[in-house]
Amino acid sequence: MRNKKTSEEVALGIRRRVFEHSMRNNGGYLSQACSAGEQLAWLYNEELKLGDPTLPMIPKPFEGVPSADNPDYHTGAGYNGPFEPQYDRLFIAPAHYALVAYATLIEVGRMAPEGLEMFNKDGSSVEMIGAEHSPGMEVHNGTLGIGLSTGAGLAYGRKLKGEPGRTWVYMSDGEVQEGQTWEAVQAASFHGIDNLYAIMDVNKQQCDGAMDSVMEVGDIKTKFQNFGAVCVEIDGHDINAMRDAVKEPHEGKPLIILANTNPFHSMPILEERFPRLHYVRFKSEDERARMNVSIAKDLGVEPIDYSH
Amino acid sequence: MEPIMVEMVSRPYASAFEKFAVGKPEILCLSADLTSSCEVDGFRDRHPDQFLSLGMAEQNMMSFAGGLGLAGFRPFIHTFGVFMYRRPYDQLMASIAYPRRKVRLMGFLPGITTPGGMTHQSIEDISVMRSIPNMTILETGDATEVESICEAADSIDGPVWCRVLRGSVPRLFDTPIKVGEMRVLSEGDDILVVTSGITTEEAMRARSALKEAGLSIRHIHLHTIKPFDHKQLLDHIGSVKHGVVTIENHVTEGGIGSLVAETMADAGVGKRLVRLGLKDTYAHGGSRAYLMRYYGLDALALVGGIEDIMGQKFGITEEDMEAARVDDVHSLVKAEAL
Repeated sequence: MRNKKTSEEVALGIRRRVFEHSMRNNGGYLSQACSAGEQLAWLYNEELKLGDPTLPMIPKPFEGVPSADNPDYHTGAGYNGPFEPQYDRLFIAPAHYALVAYATLIEVGRMAPEGLEMFNKDGSSVEMIGAEHSPGMEVHNGTLGIGLSTGAGLAYGRKLKGEPGRTWVYMSDGEVQEGQTWEAVQAASFHGIDNLYAIMDVNKQQCDGAMDSVMEVGDIKTKFQNFGAVCVEIDGHDINAMRDAVKEPHEGKPLIILANTNPFHSMPILEERFPRLHYVRFKSEDERARMNVSIAKDLGVEPIDYSH
Repeated sequence: MEPIMVEMVSRPYASAFEKFAVGKPEILCLSADLTSSCEVDGFRDRHPDQFLSLGMAEQNMMSFAGGLGLAGFRPFIHTFGVFMYRRPYDQLMASIAYPRRKVRLMGFLPGITTPGGMTHQSIEDISVMRSIPNMTILETGDATEVESICEAADSIDGPVWCRVLRGSVPRLFDTPIKVGEMRVLSEGDDILVVTSGITTEEAMRARSALKEAGLSIRHIHLHTIKPFDHKQLLDHIGSVKHGVVTIENHVTEGGIGSLVAETMADAGVGKRLVRLGLKDTYAHGGSRAYLMRYYGLDALALVGGIEDIMGQKFGITEEDMEAARVDDVHSLVKAEAL
């Protein structure tokens, strides 16, 4: 089910869907679509080895949290296909990228467009901050920093069982402020967990603003290398660079790809909102209208009719 | 008084865990730099394929264990109890408890069983675990319970918090933990005494003196704290005339005292309840016997609680108690003086 579209086309489709959704809902995680579009497109459209979805194209409503009284509980991982030894697994560590991740599922044919209409609606499983039961999610990651550790544990376990499938973690650069990220890298290196892969959206933004104004983190690549990972730094909007980066030898070590990105890539008008890009809610009808026209032009679509 | 002849068992967890885990490749032994302190050093040396050293990095360890659970393994995490919930509480919630991973949290040094002071004494863990959805809580009170804790914990479809005793442990019982049940140690009809962990032995020390004072004590011991059989407890409460005393190696808020109080309040039971334990206080470093006396967790404190309910003094002194065991702080059965 892959390669019907190029990954560039998928990235554009992701941005168009997030743009339309944000316009109609007077805000959204627009900047994350700018920075992450190519990475998620590349993962789902080319790199990840996934089986066909096992859950309905139109997501089911929320069916309760895990408990002994909820025996039919399942996560949203079925949108990434079945758990089989040969298949890859993916965690979206920055769970607030959910809107972008859902748009990706639609673009690669794993979820129906109706799924995005359920976003952040009461009683829906398509939650604003991706939950375990949200489409494409397998674990809770809304608390930043736990994703890579969980991935390391899963990868180690799969290695013990001789499963060839890889474990991928999609990360954001703000997570390197959390100490747990460094604990995870040192453990993955110490235990030779080389079936663990991460690609990190290095957009240098976090909730309060530009990372350097909130907490400087220094040279992430050198730090990852010193903690025992193999780390490759690329242009996060260059899909060919991703194709090359994943070939980097990393025997006995996890591979972390740092994807340097532009938080207003393909939507330059968003720069007006710098440095508060975490969640873009339009400040006025005028701003909404201007952004609608500008971004629609950049993405090659008609402005969105959000009047009703 | 005539001393109870108590068999002391050396390092019961060490042999019990090894016996349990060998031949079960889906069981993994995780440790955070307290391997000998948690009596799994021999297991590490003899079964390295099932052992995983995760270093002093508990946040990673908790989420990593969640990932192992996702891969179909049943990790047994070994460290001091405090280190498994205070710093990595967020990871415990998100990576283990919420998704009901079959992670077995073997918490050593419960309450004041260590002279390590505030940083080493898990005095509020039961309170914390009781409020976590999906969590099961087991507590060991003797060597037989330590010997059966692994199988009991591993029978649970979800995460399990265990308070594990180490070193030299008395043998009080001859049957293993049966999850969900409670042990009835005496069936009197004046006062119900509810204990768990190390306070059970204290209540047993006071047994003869209370009998001589003419009191008929009903004593139950809890190894399963969550889930809990409220109905059975209510039946025991209904069998005594005067009231209930709980005594626990834990703060009195949220532990078994609270558990009994909630059960009584929910059922509208109008009997007196005295809850003994750490009274809204941290403890400090000292020997177990000293700390139990200082903070009112010992046999004498229990007698005081019973006197409170009965409204009279029985003149029982320490000399009337059965022999207390005096543990050597630098005992060879512990990895260090903690």
